[in-house]
Amino acid sequence: MGDHSHGPAKGLSRWLFTTNHKDIGTMYLWFSFAMFILGGAFAMIIRAELFQPGMQLVEPGFFNQMTTLHGLVMVFGAIMPSFVGLANWMIPMMIGAPDMALPRMNNWSFWILPPGFLMLASTLFMEGGAPAFGWTFYAPLSTTYAAPSVTFFIFAIHALGISSIMGSINIIATVMNMRAPGMTYMKMPLFVWTWLITAFLLVAVMPVLAGAVTMMLMDIHFGTSFFSAAGGGDPVLFQHIFWFFGHPEVYIIILPAFGVVSQIIPAFSRKPLFGYASMVYATAAIAFLSFIVWAHHMYTVGMPVAGELFFMYATMLIAVPTGVKVFNWVTTMWQGALSFETPMLFSIGFLVLFTIGGFTGLMLSIAPADFQYHDTYFVVAHFHYVMVAGAVFSMTAAVYYWLPKWTGKMYNESMGKIHFWISFVGFNIAFFPQHFVGLAGMPRRIPDYALQFADFNMMSSIGAFIYGASQILFLYNVVATIVGGKTVSDEKVWDGAEGLEWTVATPAPYHTFEVPPKIDPAHAHS
Amino acid sequence: MIRIAANPALDTVIKLVAVSCAMFAFVFVVMVPLYDVLCDALGINGKTSGEAYSAVPAVVDESRTITVQFITNNAADMPWEFAPSVTALKVHPGAATDTVFFAENVTNHAMVAQAIPSVSPSRAAEYFLKTECFCFNQQPLDAKTSAEMPLQFIVDQELPEDIKTITLSYTIFDVTERAGEALASR
Repeated sequence: MGDHSHGPAKGLSRWLFTTNHKDIGTMYLWFSFAMFILGGAFAMIIRAELFQPGMQLVEPGFFNQMTTLHGLVMVFGAIMPSFVGLANWMIPMMIGAPDMALPRMNNWSFWILPPGFLMLASTLFMEGGAPAFGWTFYAPLSTTYAAPSVTFFIFAIHALGISSIMGSINIIATVMNMRAPGMTYMKMPLFVWTWLITAFLLVAVMPVLAGAVTMMLMDIHFGTSFFSAAGGGDPVLFQHIFWFFGHPEVYIIILPAFGVVSQIIPAFSRKPLFGYASMVYATAAIAFLSFIVWAHHMYTVGMPVAGELFFMYATMLIAVPTGVKVFNWVTTMWQGALSFETPMLFSIGFLVLFTIGGFTGLMLSIAPADFQYHDTYFVVAHFHYVMVAGAVFSMTAAVYYWLPKWTGKMYNESMGKIHFWISFVGFNIAFFPQHFVGLAGMPRRIPDYALQFADFNMMSSIGAFIYGASQILFLYNVVATIVGGKTVSDEKVWDGAEGLEWTVATPAPYHTFEVPPKIDPAHAHS
Repeated sequence: MIRIAANPALDTVIKLVAVSCAMFAFVFVVMVPLYDVLCDALGINGKTSGEAYSAVPAVVDESRTITVQFITNNAADMPWEFAPSVTALKVHPGAATDTVFFAENVTNHAMVAQAIPSVSPSRAAEYFLKTECFCFNQQPLDAKTSAEMPLQFIVDQELPEDIKTITLSYTIFDVTERAGEALASR
């Protein structure tokens, strides 16, 4: 057992063969940042083309490939793996476990990802080009009319689906079996709770996505007709299956983000989280509701009125548990001793902008109104408010918040604040005008637009370039911290922070909690 | 006796793997058939019944007149000429009405086609009853030949009052490659 006392192996083999949750978490985080830059580069091409009306830079076919790959890379390559990386780093340290329950599988679930995305990115150089059917890959665009590279796309989805399922099984197994004695479920930090529920969602719906792409594969190559009307199938079936996966998927993306801000807001408000139990129940309620609202993405396919009404009311219901959460975060800050370090700024930015995204979501949930909003830039604005200002802002907050614990170095606070303000302003310049052009009827995923949308689109592009550039500052700040940041050695880097991760040395040693920590039974949740 | 210490998480893992396999199977064995059953049973999504309606002696409701419009579409890469003989008919609910569609194989080789119907508004689908339809079978045609394809239908007397016009759309697909395979006719 002496095996466990020494540190990491040297060189490349450390990263290839590691079973250490911190190493794997680090790899996930760097990989997702690389994907964030790649997906961001695709977005820059989209915004550059849309800077002025008319066709300027790229062919329409290539534009379609960019919108498709931007969505796929950001959802499956940047946001999801970044939160899995965070889970790997933080969950064992938050529940007092020495590592993840299945360390070898953990290694495998990471190392499936890079080949999967290599396969997806390689389609750009294939005959017929990359997938160009949108990230939702509706049949028959993705079957009858797809470029031959669609087969590579299908196997890439299989690869990252397997990776996600294994990662989630690992997280559930860890949380259910490896908590330190005394760490009851209702004492777990909220980040652990939200991830536990997210992992259950992933186990339930990633196989559905795998099923959908498998049906596509069979329709394309083996003569079945799941989605082809000529053989008795139905393209609308594809949309039902896709969104049965796709709606829980958006909560898979946002629930860990809820968990992160639920850790950070109390720390910088110097108050315990308001309404801990209601936060747990609200998370579970959102997860349950996510399974019965999928068809609100397809109001215009021609559903019966009863169906429209059911999905409309069920969708509106989600605003209740989400409202509970927003209320609890605001109430946590109420009369707190607030300070505004970078993680807190990003969390408050999250809170404000995610709420705007939530409200536009509520507008979209109204079936009769959705007939106007459907497939316009209003939808684009809505989901970027929840995906970028929601998930990405909270992920950025998490990196600033835990970076000193990971590295033992403090990042440059002024640069962090500048990063926040440039991101916040750039993001809003980029996406707020898209509400207006969307309501005025500008369709999404089209490389050209009518002249009356020109001014707002130019603003939007400028904002997107500002937001994109601010991420370079982020990268610089993180690298500069790791290379030459000011050393911090306090176990508790932030004076208001609570939780087991702040009881271990800084930087966090390679192995933590080989002996389970003592949990004070009187102490409430952290 | 040597006891191999089992990972305490093993039980959890086995259950979760079983759940994910079950969800994969769920898509194929539950979602797909359930979708078809629901669409057929509720007549939603404009799907009309795939089987001939056996006419029961019905009272013709002459107080109402319904306009039935006919539209034809060709699926991509389907070169046939395909058109209705009349584009609209005025019918009384309960009365059996005959019409024909024309199809011509303009290519130089024999082909097999399948027409897929869709009714709009979709609420009307379950009240649009076809007693005879070319869409129940595949239509083979030799090169440069044409055919008249019959349709007989009855609009049910129970059709909701507010529906005055029903549009029946046929899309014709090239199924030559699949023609050997047994297909559920629609």
